[in-house]
Amino acid sequence: MQSGKGLRMISFEAVSKHYPNGTTAVDDLTLELPEGGLTVLVGSSGCGKTTTLRMINRMVDPSAGTVRVAGRDVRDSDAAELRRSIGYVIQQSGLFPHRTVLDNIATVPLLLGWGRRKARSRAAELLERVGLEAESGDRYPHQLSGGQQQRVGVARALAADPPVLLMDEPFGAVDPVVRTQLQDELLRLQRDLRKTVVFVTHDIDEAVRLGDRIAVFRTGGRLVQCAPPARLLTRPADDFVAGFLGAERGLKLLSLTTLGEAEVPHEPVTPVRTDEPVAEIRVGGNGGSYEGTQGNWRVAVTPDGAPVGWLDAGALPAGGTAGDAGLLPLRPLRDEDSLLAALDESVSSPARAVARVDGDGVLSGVTGQAALHERAAVHHTAAATAEPAEPGGEPGAGGGRSGQEVTGTGAVRTAEATS
Amino acid sequence: MTAVDWGWFPEHIGDMTALTLDHLSIAVPAVFFGLVIALPLAVVAHRVRRLRGLILGASNVLFTIPSLAFFILLLPVTGLTRSTAVTGLTIYTLVVLIRNSVEGLDSVPAHAREASVAMGSRPLRTLLTVELPLALPVIMAGVRVATVMSISLVSVASYIGYGGLGQLFTDGFQRSYTTPVIAGVLLTLLLALLADGLLVGVQYLCTPWARSRTRTARTKTSRTRRTRTSTAGATTAPSTTATTQGKGV
Repeated sequence: MQSGKGLRMISFEAVSKHYPNGTTAVDDLTLELPEGGLTVLVGSSGCGKTTTLRMINRMVDPSAGTVRVAGRDVRDSDAAELRRSIGYVIQQSGLFPHRTVLDNIATVPLLLGWGRRKARSRAAELLERVGLEAESGDRYPHQLSGGQQQRVGVARALAADPPVLLMDEPFGAVDPVVRTQLQDELLRLQRDLRKTVVFVTHDIDEAVRLGDRIAVFRTGGRLVQCAPPARLLTRPADDFVAGFLGAERGLKLLSLTTLGEAEVPHEPVTPVRTDEPVAEIRVGGNGGSYEGTQGNWRVAVTPDGAPVGWLDAGALPAGGTAGDAGLLPLRPLRDEDSLLAALDESVSSPARAVARVDGDGVLSGVTGQAALHERAAVHHTAAATAEPAEPGGEPGAGGGRSGQEVTGTGAVRTAEATS
Repeated sequence: MTAVDWGWFPEHIGDMTALTLDHLSIAVPAVFFGLVIALPLAVVAHRVRRLRGLILGASNVLFTIPSLAFFILLLPVTGLTRSTAVTGLTIYTLVVLIRNSVEGLDSVPAHAREASVAMGSRPLRTLLTVELPLALPVIMAGVRVATVMSISLVSVASYIGYGGLGQLFTDGFQRSYTTPVIAGVLLTLLLALLADGLLVGVQYLCTPWARSRTRTARTKTSRTRRTRTSTAGATTAPSTTATTQGKGV
């Protein structure tokens, strides 16, 4: 979750936006966005996050201060040309209803004078890249589902390979399942492309999930804190940020770390194969059993070694194989799964343990609830006490307000988490 | 006044053809010039809120002037020429064309316009490639009303000698002979229906994206419905004014 090379791709220097009717959309914003990072601007509606985003591609011009992209004051560029070099994805896709999907994607390449053939072949390439079938290229936007439209919106923004991608609540209008898919896709794309992404949302879970860094805005267009998610969750700058992050900050933090990263140990286990005759299963054998809730639980695996469920070795049927015994459901966890997922599984597991698998889905060990909790707590403490070591430093420090750490609260929170 | 003399028709095919062409040569340019004037005015009215009321109001005022009076007022300027007839009708088409064009531009989804600007299109390109195509269904509804209205109004210009099929009315009236009047009415009606059908076809060809609506109206039903009602509203509103205008004749 490190944020790119640390070069400033976009910077706001004492930027404000006031409207003639007296409202202040953005108030004295100083913020630097590193190249290749995904920064999420988050806050309730009317907090100036969208205005901030739109000042980057000059859809809004600031009343005061300077916005720079790649070191250059945006006001020195021609607005239309600047916009062609910045990808833009808006809510509900903003696709042109009268153009086919392919023509929609080819919009910017055509504006840049690539020529029709080249623009269309590039569009077809992007269609595949965002996970859409080639046939959808000739459809019109209204013939696609909301999620597909949003993918086309992303493809269109990426068409001319711009270094910067602005996304204004792009997944706000799709259902939660599709939203999760789109978020995964975005993370996958971002791993390959390393664009400088600015992402606006009001959904803190989305922000934690996607962002390398999260900038929290409050009403009146004030940036309160900008920090990597783990830092934000462990050390919210003030009560506003803490409140915005919600009650389960500790759990959200766990969602950021994988089992591999947290070095959660695999405890060796001897599983029971589902084709093993019941008569050969011994209770409490080989340290492979777990004294969980009302039973003596062992992991049942297929002949291939993939875990399929928990078997109560203390309540076996009279005959048959282990597969005939009633198994309780089990969700195998890989090293890429988060601590939160593991914790969730350990709570619902009758054995109070989780089954771990390797990349091929073969059982590689188990982790007991106690070990899991211990690693989670250690990880939480480490995150809470970590010094701000990233090269960009705490952003927004120029304003003397944003990004400041409230050490007292941070320490208290750490204590809570470890106890 | 007697019944229709069917024998009159075959004898006058040549006259009827000439008058029909004459009729079209007044009505079609009127709609064309009307559109040429209305579109820029509609764009201005759409973009500059303060001028919107002025432009729409002015076109309404022009519409309320009785058509006959209009031709008489124009006579000193353009004389007893075809231009007088065309000019008069052009001005009448304006109210429908401007209003529908403004409504058409209003109906363009804000996100599409915004996306065009944000992608880096300059204003003229956004207008030509996004706003006008998306406004087309509502603008075309106005063109259809204006066309039918012009075709029926041409006859009024027969007062100054350029009435197309309207000449048949004057002829029949002067001789107290019903047949040419009936022929004129039927031909005008036929012409109006054909022109309207032609425009429907043109619109169909120009809006390929609107065709597949019915096939897959799954996710976007609400949006489609919204555009449809606004189209329907725009069509009915001006046509009622057009019927009222008939009294002025």
